[in-house]
Amino acid sequence: MFVRGLTQVLSVICASCALLSSVSAQTDLVSRMKDPGQWPMAARDYANTRYSDLDQINTANASRLQLAWTFSVGVDRGQEAAPLVVDGTLYVVGPYAGPYPNRVFALDATTGELKWSYAPKPEPAAAGVACCDVVNRGLAFDNGKVFLNTLDNHTVAIDAKSGKELWHTKLGEINKGETITMAPVVVKGKVLVGNSGGEMGVRGWVTALDENTGAISWRAYATGPDKDVLIGDDFKPFYDSLKGKDLGVKSWPADRWQVGGGTMWGWISYDSDLNLIYYGTANPSPWNANQRSGDNLWSTTIFARDPDTGRAKWAYQINPHDLFDHDEINENVLLDLELNGQTRKVLIHPGRNGYMYVMDRATGEVISADAYEFVNSYKGVDLTTGKIIPNEEKTPLVGKTVENICPAAPGAKDWQPTAWSPRTKLLYVPHQHLCMDFKASQVGYIAGTPYVGADVDMYAGPGGYRGEFMAWDPVARKKVWEIHEKLPVWSGALVTAGDVAFYGTMDRLFKAVDAKDGHLLWQFRAGSGFIGQPISYRGTDGQQYIAILSGVGGWPGVVANAEVDQRVRNAALGFTGATQDLPFYTAGGSELLVFKVGGASGEDTSHAPSK
Amino acid sequence: MRLRNRSGIAFGIVIGLGINAATASASALRVCADPNNLPFSNSAGAGFENRLAAMVGEYLGEQVSYTWWAQRRGFIRNTLKAGKCDVVMGVPSDYDLVETTKPYYRSTYVFVTRQDQHLDLSSLLDSRLHQLVIGVHLIGDDGNNPPPAQALGEEGIVDNVRGYSIYGDYRQADPPARLIEAVENGDIDVAAAWGPLAGYFAQRSPVPLTVTPIRDTERFAPQQFQFAIAMGVRKGDDGLRDRLNSFIDEHRSDITSLLRNYGVPLVDQPVATSGGHQ
Repeated sequence: MFVRGLTQVLSVICASCALLSSVSAQTDLVSRMKDPGQWPMAARDYANTRYSDLDQINTANASRLQLAWTFSVGVDRGQEAAPLVVDGTLYVVGPYAGPYPNRVFALDATTGELKWSYAPKPEPAAAGVACCDVVNRGLAFDNGKVFLNTLDNHTVAIDAKSGKELWHTKLGEINKGETITMAPVVVKGKVLVGNSGGEMGVRGWVTALDENTGAISWRAYATGPDKDVLIGDDFKPFYDSLKGKDLGVKSWPADRWQVGGGTMWGWISYDSDLNLIYYGTANPSPWNANQRSGDNLWSTTIFARDPDTGRAKWAYQINPHDLFDHDEINENVLLDLELNGQTRKVLIHPGRNGYMYVMDRATGEVISADAYEFVNSYKGVDLTTGKIIPNEEKTPLVGKTVENICPAAPGAKDWQPTAWSPRTKLLYVPHQHLCMDFKASQVGYIAGTPYVGADVDMYAGPGGYRGEFMAWDPVARKKVWEIHEKLPVWSGALVTAGDVAFYGTMDRLFKAVDAKDGHLLWQFRAGSGFIGQPISYRGTDGQQYIAILSGVGGWPGVVANAEVDQRVRNAALGFTGATQDLPFYTAGGSELLVFKVGGASGEDTSHAPSK
Repeated sequence: MRLRNRSGIAFGIVIGLGINAATASASALRVCADPNNLPFSNSAGAGFENRLAAMVGEYLGEQVSYTWWAQRRGFIRNTLKAGKCDVVMGVPSDYDLVETTKPYYRSTYVFVTRQDQHLDLSSLLDSRLHQLVIGVHLIGDDGNNPPPAQALGEEGIVDNVRGYSIYGDYRQADPPARLIEAVENGDIDVAAAWGPLAGYFAQRSPVPLTVTPIRDTERFAPQQFQFAIAMGVRKGDDGLRDRLNSFIDEHRSDITSLLRNYGVPLVDQPVATSGGHQ
């Protein structure tokens, strides 16, 4: 087999480790999270709420939002990154394309003035290995350092003041199909990073690096023996079916786990009281379902791990023997909810499979799992066993046409993150509303090898719309309100103490809606569609700002930004069919947009005529 | 129940998104090719597609130049469609992303074994396939794997199947060749591989190998085990397509000799029952 221990290729280059070793490991991230003026990590806080405690912009004045300043990151590809704001500086990263792939910019968050930029030097890598566009989901920050993941598998620490590189560590090999697209998360002085590339047969992992030196402290694989998955005696899954030795080997046919997928390109949350990090793994790959009998652990699994050691404390597999490409890398939002008269420490995982999981985050018990979208590929989740109930009628069979499978391969929701308001007690969920037909495909051709694969032909779900922004009440276990959108809602969500929720559409609208009832308060027509993550912060002028990158792309947007022929309905893994009209609405873009109530920033009033 | 919403979307509308690549200058045949994938092409010009490109260049009176890109997802988009080059020397004859010429050869999936094993394997229904260690290529999820990988799974042949990534490690020469090398060095008993790759590396193997076209594929339809291969140009580039077709028409025997020299297993007739395209 061609799978080797990655340890051989890990390398650390640290120009200034000697200088850094004296820096205390005490993190300043937590205090920054408590300051509503800052936005110190992509999800804003460890609970992944994407809630801003600023209330200057409210339902009464949101209609007066205006552009304050803009900035181009210079590359018209999918813009999924969340900007960060720390101590009045905004940090943003561009996609892996153009002359300066994954370039990082530091700007004055109030005036938009450029302070520095940093361009990583990519290896002269094999072209064209990234699966789905060349996105980057954002940066991380801690103790005066900005952390960047490059698509070609380097994690880089940059001095936040000067833009100088402090260290970089190579974590994977682009020449083997590995990439990194997720935003790193810093927990207790460790930078946590997961890989992408399941489509190529990459074996998934999450790796922790010392923030001061870039040295690797642990790596937890998603497949294989317990020693690789970091499962030991202290592993206590809630369900019996997940207890046993080396299930990451035994739930696969011989050796299949070695290229088993289960990558981690989504979000990581952290509960400091329980000292646990939470994340979900991607789908099993690259084998067809008929060549991987078994549950294929630990793909599509939520893990709870000790951040210091990486050791797994519990796990829960969402889609055993996944048939639908339903990665479960979506965020896990950590909340304390009143359920049946008692306060429960829960995590909410809006599943790609269409179910809203509410779980006990200490034990891994599924408290509830309700469909939040139209689902017919499963029949529900058995809360006794914790197992999802498949619908045999919708099992894709290569060479057979199976029609009207809902949700489609991108699931009811993909990577696009939700927001939670402690005021309204609602979860704001940007997502898609797509079904698919599964059938024998056009001929494919990779590396000189022809094949007739399977096509997923996607289209609008019942009702004829393709996207939705909704508010979900996890206690009442129901949708409270919904807004239908023409195209998949592929942007993140933001909600504020002013009870305003924000999201962007692929047809170029950035919208502010009333968090209580979804009533549209304001919208702005931008240069390109939105798949980015909106954030909010306070400028040095005391004003509340809202920022988001515009620039369509990603899986559904490839048709608009990368010259995929929209006449070819299945060009981008079947997504083109569902978004073939996108070019009517938008082309690619690269603009950071920053809004506030009232006039533009940086206006020079000295030349104003005297009254 | 079909719930498609196609309102306002007309098929065949061409939106001005495509890059209007400057038509190739009269003096250059600009080829899009993989720099590291023998027997098809490599940057040293050692592949049969390199040789074929040289023949076409000579025929058209044009210098051959190359744009190198790994032939995987995004290859057509980043090379041909980006206007960086004008022809891909090998694509399936019904490949949807490009305008194709007439097919200039047809090959088949094959079994590769060591001669000294005397396995004489050719049928997909051979009961020995339940015991032998079989290597297949892996391409990706969602059923996008080569026909042998699909068919063996359908037959319940799973535990004795080994997967070799078609992408392999691109730092090594010709990553897909690892599958054939695995037969040479005894890691597997048999490889089920695409003919041109298998034939070429079998010819050069230090260990004598047997290459046999896979048969008894009918029950696995619409999966097909034979494919016709053509050249590809940008959609709408009919002028270049027509000139390439003239080349193919006038050089059929030269092309066949070239392919034979490279060990490419050639099949003449589409086997209609296995879902082959006419």
